[in-house]
Amino acid sequence: MPLISEIDFGTPASRSEKMVTLTIDGNEITVPEGTSIMRASMEAGIEVPKLCATDMMDSFGSCRLCLVEIEGRGGMPASCTTPVAPGIKVSTQTQRLKDVRRGVMELYISDHPLDCLTCAANGDCELQDMAGAVGLRDVRYGYDGDNHVKARNDGAINIKWSPKDETNPYFTFDPAKCIVCSRCVRACEEVQGTFALTIEGRGFDSRVSAGMHEDFLSSECVSCGACVQACPTATLIEKSVIEIGQPEHSLVTTCAYCGVGCSFKAEMRGEELVRMVPWKDGQANRGHSCVKGRFAYGYSTHKERILNPMIREKISDPWREVSWEEALAHTAAEFRRLQYQYGRDSVGGITSSRCTNEETYLVQKLVRAGFGNNNVDTCARVCHSPTGYGLGATFGTSAGTQNFDSVEHTDVVMIIGANPTDGHPVFASRLKKRLRQGAKLIVVDPRRIDMVSSPHVKASHHLPLRPGTNVAVVTSLAHVIVTEGLYDEKFIRERCDWSEFEDWAAFVAEPHHSPEEVEKLSGVPAEEIRGAARLFATGGNGSIYYGLGVTEHSQGSTTVMAIANLAMATGNIGRPGVGVNPLRGQNNVQGSCDMGSFPHELPGYRHVSDDATRDIFEKLWGVTISNEPGLRIPNMLDAAVDGSFKGIYIQGEDILQSDPDTKHVSAGLAAMECVVVQDLFLNETANYAHVFLPGSTFLEKDGTFTNAERRINRVRKVMTPRNGYADWEVTQNLAKAMGLDWNYTHPSEIMDEIAATTPSFAMVSYSYLEKMGSVQWPCNEKAPLGSPIMHVNGFVRGKGKFIRTEYVATDEKTGPRFPLLLTTGRILSQYNVGAQTRRTDNVVWHEEDRLEIHPNDAELRGVHDGSWVKLMSRAGDTTLRALITERVAPGVVYTTFHHPTTQANVITTDFSDWATNCPEYKVTAVQVSPSNGPSQWQVDYDEQARQSRRIAGKMEAAE
Amino acid sequence: MSLDNTNGKLVRMANQIATFFKSQPEAERIQGVATHINKFWEPRMRKAFFELVEQGDAGFDPIVISAAAIIKRPGGPAQPSEASEHIDSAMLEAGFSD
Ligand code: SF4
Ligand code: SF4
Ligand code: SF4
Ligand code: FES
Repeated sequence: MPLISEIDFGTPASRSEKMVTLTIDGNEITVPEGTSIMRASMEAGIEVPKLCATDMMDSFGSCRLCLVEIEGRGGMPASCTTPVAPGIKVSTQTQRLKDVRRGVMELYISDHPLDCLTCAANGDCELQDMAGAVGLRDVRYGYDGDNHVKARNDGAINIKWSPKDETNPYFTFDPAKCIVCSRCVRACEEVQGTFALTIEGRGFDSRVSAGMHEDFLSSECVSCGACVQACPTATLIEKSVIEIGQPEHSLVTTCAYCGVGCSFKAEMRGEELVRMVPWKDGQANRGHSCVKGRFAYGYSTHKERILNPMIREKISDPWREVSWEEALAHTAAEFRRLQYQYGRDSVGGITSSRCTNEETYLVQKLVRAGFGNNNVDTCARVCHSPTGYGLGATFGTSAGTQNFDSVEHTDVVMIIGANPTDGHPVFASRLKKRLRQGAKLIVVDPRRIDMVSSPHVKASHHLPLRPGTNVAVVTSLAHVIVTEGLYDEKFIRERCDWSEFEDWAAFVAEPHHSPEEVEKLSGVPAEEIRGAARLFATGGNGSIYYGLGVTEHSQGSTTVMAIANLAMATGNIGRPGVGVNPLRGQNNVQGSCDMGSFPHELPGYRHVSDDATRDIFEKLWGVTISNEPGLRIPNMLDAAVDGSFKGIYIQGEDILQSDPDTKHVSAGLAAMECVVVQDLFLNETANYAHVFLPGSTFLEKDGTFTNAERRINRVRKVMTPRNGYADWEVTQNLAKAMGLDWNYTHPSEIMDEIAATTPSFAMVSYSYLEKMGSVQWPCNEKAPLGSPIMHVNGFVRGKGKFIRTEYVATDEKTGPRFPLLLTTGRILSQYNVGAQTRRTDNVVWHEEDRLEIHPNDAELRGVHDGSWVKLMSRAGDTTLRALITERVAPGVVYTTFHHPTTQANVITTDFSDWATNCPEYKVTAVQVSPSNGPSQWQVDYDEQARQSRRIAGKMEAAE
Repeated sequence: MSLDNTNGKLVRMANQIATFFKSQPEAERIQGVATHINKFWEPRMRKAFFELVEQGDAGFDPIVISAAAIIKRPGGPAQPSEASEHIDSAMLEAGFSD
């Protein structure tokens, strides 16, 4: 296993279809028009020396190292900025070029420290490489003159010198080593889109600066790492490389955080992870990353990680460490006892969106074949279940319609209830790039999210609707499109049922859907709704991206249908640049849904009542599968409280922290006799567990994740599981302990079983993924290369279905006691319940959850910025600190839910989506008042948590 | 009835489903509610549902009461699926998730 080294072509690929033939050093080569001479040379296998160019960014032409000569043209043009021309003859190496290049390098090196042997970039430094490439042998100028290298010149302070900036927890900036190539500045602008870096000064005085002469941590920098990757020297370098040294081998794997599913090279030294570097061939991320995937992997070696199985009789007992055999035998015996005592349906399982497809598949198989019921559910219940329902009903598949590359072809983007810069950062960067090229943006969100206005990006329309009025606003957009005749009749007649369209069109045209009426309940000015609708319908390729702000409502499924209606009515389905795109929260939400994690359907979204489908699995597994739907998570908890549900196997989920109405969840868990938690850490749910099975990280297993664009990406094992087993092995061992004859020796065999039973995965295998890199399902005989875009020649369900979407006000209403609406969300540096990210240096950006409140509401209540407030709802109360901001509208407050001490879900109610029971996280009526400290609930909870985390014979495990 | 207990929630859930289908074309309403409950409600939820329906004063929406006639009794024989051009049954053919 060598270190994977990617070719740097120097400049981005040209998209032109017209080809040009030229000669470089006697080699004839044909490339697309618009390609730089530098890139063409590289494609011919000739590496022209370069410093300021790299293929992630447009060329800049500042270093003058890449000069070439062209026959018949005078001078020495820079190959990175000079495009190819038909028939030209280029020389990359002549005496004249050699002399100039040496001169250039000599100047660079004369202002660069010569501590190469002890430099962290030694062996991975382009400056070093170029000095070697041009044959630099001596440097005539010393540091006696002007320089940036030495703190002092002859005892006097050198004002050109600046100290190292080590404020960012993951990388350092050492200005003394900077060659001012501006690659970092351009990476921050062009790749990341944050514009945090600038070049200050001119000529010899110029230098890189973060923000307005700030340190990195206080600047706008979001720590995506693009500049670090771009830097050719040790100026910007990972702290892990400084500490460990250069890696010696690497494997390509997939980020385990969000649904973008970025590909990374895990660069290793032995079994030690040196760094994660985004992989340029990664189809989702195209060489970019965010702070989480790039840097926040330290949790895998965190001291609080639990490495031994543990059991206890009562949840008030301390944990007792036991062998794997004992833990699994105990669990198996308990589940059998419960089923004997309380019936077959008294136990169930929860699959994880953080685990691999193969692991999820095994958990549902254990429930269906081992427990003999369909009581399996997944955390997608609490995030994207309405997506599956709504898109299934209208289009016929439970998934987004596009690949991420599609954004490069879009003209108008509508973002609804999503905050991509924080939730899906790499997608946000790609979107911003398209917006800077001129695409238009519409944001539908109660908060003024960063996308509404950030450097070089400005939304044409922001519809700051009252939480809970999504259906009204989206239906009103349709009202404008229908009543103003802006719909795409040709598309609808061809692809959809015309009479259903007519029914729907008459429905949305009703006067109570008009923007003027909807303004009254949503608070969005009618003109904004009209403007947004007109822009979306007439602005070219229109795409919709949405998130949990759409799904986590009592009308979540209805909003998804309304979105699908809008896309069909405007003809925006079935080609690049358009489509309906759910932005999935966790890395494998799509995959866990695909793998049959829901209690009513087998892998591939086939209902358990379908005899033919059950037959496939019954034959293969040698069991009878129940044809009745099982319990969903909220139903399991209800049944537990009622006494008919007694045992649960939870893999990689923390339902106590992530699910709504904490008190109800804890009551349900407390009522069970055997709660088995498999996770990395003693999470909140584990406070109620009787068995703890240590889990493994994505670095410790083989498998696949399926991202939000249906892309099946490989996860590769780079180190031995510290807990002894990968999660799929733990499930298999549990199944064996329960008497099932499972003998998978590698996850690839599980994938083979998935492919054999699930039509949309028919062609997927590890060897095929090895060959293809990744594929998007459906991947079968009909689509052997996978399906980047769906519904291309017609909808999967046949005709696209228009469905009436009537707005119904949520039962959760504000009133005199609870006059404010709370909505929840996430931030960039933290992930979900934060169990992983809180155990990394990412905490420097988000130490605690804060309550965002509008200045007017704050003043009315005597709340000051940073002061403690009590947040109360009908369900409960908690305390946290206030953050006064105009990002939220008056009447709305907002918080994140990354920290267990905040217990934001004590506040949320058990209202849920009508179709899927997806909880209504996004709307809770609350009151806010000043407070001086934690609530009694928080104090009690902390004490209970502390007690329940005790491990016999060990010091108290700190959370 | 208090909404804090499981039965109260069941009524609320059924009525929420009814509310959605109420806005759909007339012919799809009752069948829509029934198919939805048949597809997504576990037998013990349907058992509790029938007990509440028979009790008579649980507060169900009239559409839910009408749908009860074609909701599958837990443990009972499978109902022949209606061939109406209805959302849930359409989805069953296409394959979908909730
Ligand atoms: S880490 Fe990312 S955001 Fe920060 S300066 Fe570098 S490129 Fe810009
Ligand atoms: S920090 Fe690195 S990338 Fe940025 S200008 Fe200096 S040498 Fe170039
Ligand atoms: S968290 Fe998401 S955007 Fe960030 S690196 Fe991972 S997959 Fe990519
Ligand atoms: S690489 Fe072409 S000018 Fe620097």
